[in-house]
Amino acid sequence: MATQIIDIAYLIAVVLFILGIKYMSHPDSARKGNLMAAAGMGLAMLATFFTPGLQNIWITLLAIAIGSVVGYVMSMRVAMTAMPQMVSFFNGMGGAAAALIAIAEVYGIFRGLDAGGDFHGLANSSYFYYGALLVSLVIGAVSFSGSIIAMGKLQGFVTGSSVKWPFQKLTNNGLLVITLALCVAVFFLHEHQELLIYVVCLLGLIFGILFVMPIGGADMPVVISLLNAFTGVTAATTGMLFDNKVMLMGGVLVGAAGLLLTLLMCKAMNRSLSAVLFGAFNSGGGAASNRDIDTTVREISLSDASILLSYAKKVVIIPGYGLAVAQAQHVVHELEKLLEEKGVEVKYGIHPVAGRMPGHMNVLLAESDVPYDKLIEMETINPEFPQVDAVVVIGANDVVNPAAYLDPASPIYGMPILEADKAQNVIVIKRSMSAGYAGIENELFYNPKTRMLFGDAKSVLTKLVAAVKEL
Amino acid sequence: MEQILTLIHENLQLIYVLILAVFVGIEVMGKVPQVLHTPLMSGSNALSGVVIIGSILVMGKTDPENYVALVFGFLAVVLATLNVVGGFAVTDRMLDMFRKKKK
Repeated sequence: MATQIIDIAYLIAVVLFILGIKYMSHPDSARKGNLMAAAGMGLAMLATFFTPGLQNIWITLLAIAIGSVVGYVMSMRVAMTAMPQMVSFFNGMGGAAAALIAIAEVYGIFRGLDAGGDFHGLANSSYFYYGALLVSLVIGAVSFSGSIIAMGKLQGFVTGSSVKWPFQKLTNNGLLVITLALCVAVFFLHEHQELLIYVVCLLGLIFGILFVMPIGGADMPVVISLLNAFTGVTAATTGMLFDNKVMLMGGVLVGAAGLLLTLLMCKAMNRSLSAVLFGAFNSGGGAASNRDIDTTVREISLSDASILLSYAKKVVIIPGYGLAVAQAQHVVHELEKLLEEKGVEVKYGIHPVAGRMPGHMNVLLAESDVPYDKLIEMETINPEFPQVDAVVVIGANDVVNPAAYLDPASPIYGMPILEADKAQNVIVIKRSMSAGYAGIENELFYNPKTRMLFGDAKSVLTKLVAAVKEL
Repeated sequence: MEQILTLIHENLQLIYVLILAVFVGIEVMGKVPQVLHTPLMSGSNALSGVVIIGSILVMGKTDPENYVALVFGFLAVVLATLNVVGGFAVTDRMLDMFRKKKK
């Protein structure tokens, strides 16, 4: 009886997962979608506790209580700008959990300590079982260490630039081949199997680190999304271990959706997934290419900038990671309101990969109550630029680099950009002349139409708001 | 060869489910507008915390004397819960900002 009810609860949970993702696809119902998915998860967890013969219930509940409190507090405290690394961290925890489950299984199997109980749909000795176990273990380990490195790169405790070492491709591919070979060996060995399984787990951890280290900070969103899909796969294989439909379905859903999201993100940057993973940008050097660029930079005073903006008909603001770092989203909204009061039409031009994650800028600007309809996507705003009197680029770089369509030698050639260089005037607010995450020069900054306002986005914007008010 | 065929045959139902689930995942995902990509990534990350079920089950079948497996299982439950609760809470916080302001 209990088993049937559990199965039905799992079925409802899976439907809630699917509906949850579906509702999340529209801004108005997105929150409901998330709550539905969460309800499905709660239902599945509750149902699991009614599994006949379940032991250690109180310790498990204690562990859930600890995880819930820590997870909730962390998610409430994290700043909006630090969301990407938070997601990466949580993803790493999921991967670690899958690997730990596999280790606990292995430890039990080899000591004959299984408490019995009818938990396995698959016989313990079958190839299928070991295959699922090894996938959970290795991919869980990769997902864990990779996510932590990705988080470190975004948070700044691991260098954000692409780390290279001699024979990098060889070591990474070699490690991958060795890991796979050892996984296969587990099936054929008759002794030392357990030790070998732990070695494979260790290699997975190392591979996760080596896999993410060479990838530059700008590509971290793609990596996090991919690792998220990996965690989904481990959830699915863990589901196979326990013949558990809710884990299997939830895991496959996340795996498929995560992979698609990864590809969509690559597409937004006009790069293939393999280019992101293996062909990290050739830093500096080759980027300058053979094009002669006049490298004179023109600065603009705050009062000139305020006059230019106040008397413009149409202004487009292009936010980037610099805005997020400086926490300048509220000030920029203030500037926008001020200009609107003066009769200026103000819009935001949002590049799909501005910031560190797709949609990062939307989330950030929504936080300071910028209305939806002012956030314009790249394809819509690009044809409007010739009629725009002034573009304000705030802490964005690569997403407005005209080299993307002018210079075939540039590493970002072909990436769709916001064509700010087509506007009448461009004001660039930037801390220094340093290159963006792709590590290449931006000739927009040397364009005769461009004026620079150097400084931290927040302090510059605050002064600019004051200057506009004085007019 | 025969072993592989038998393996496929025995798990045919599972394979059907897997293939359909992949298509469902792609289908529901494909319609999400760009604006919601970050929240969606966060939401699907929370969903991948479904391994929590596995960690509860592994705890549930571990002999109370098997301390090593208990420690691993305990850690797995804590970390998976972190993934689930933190993931959904963070997503909710993000989506809360998209709520239309009443005024």
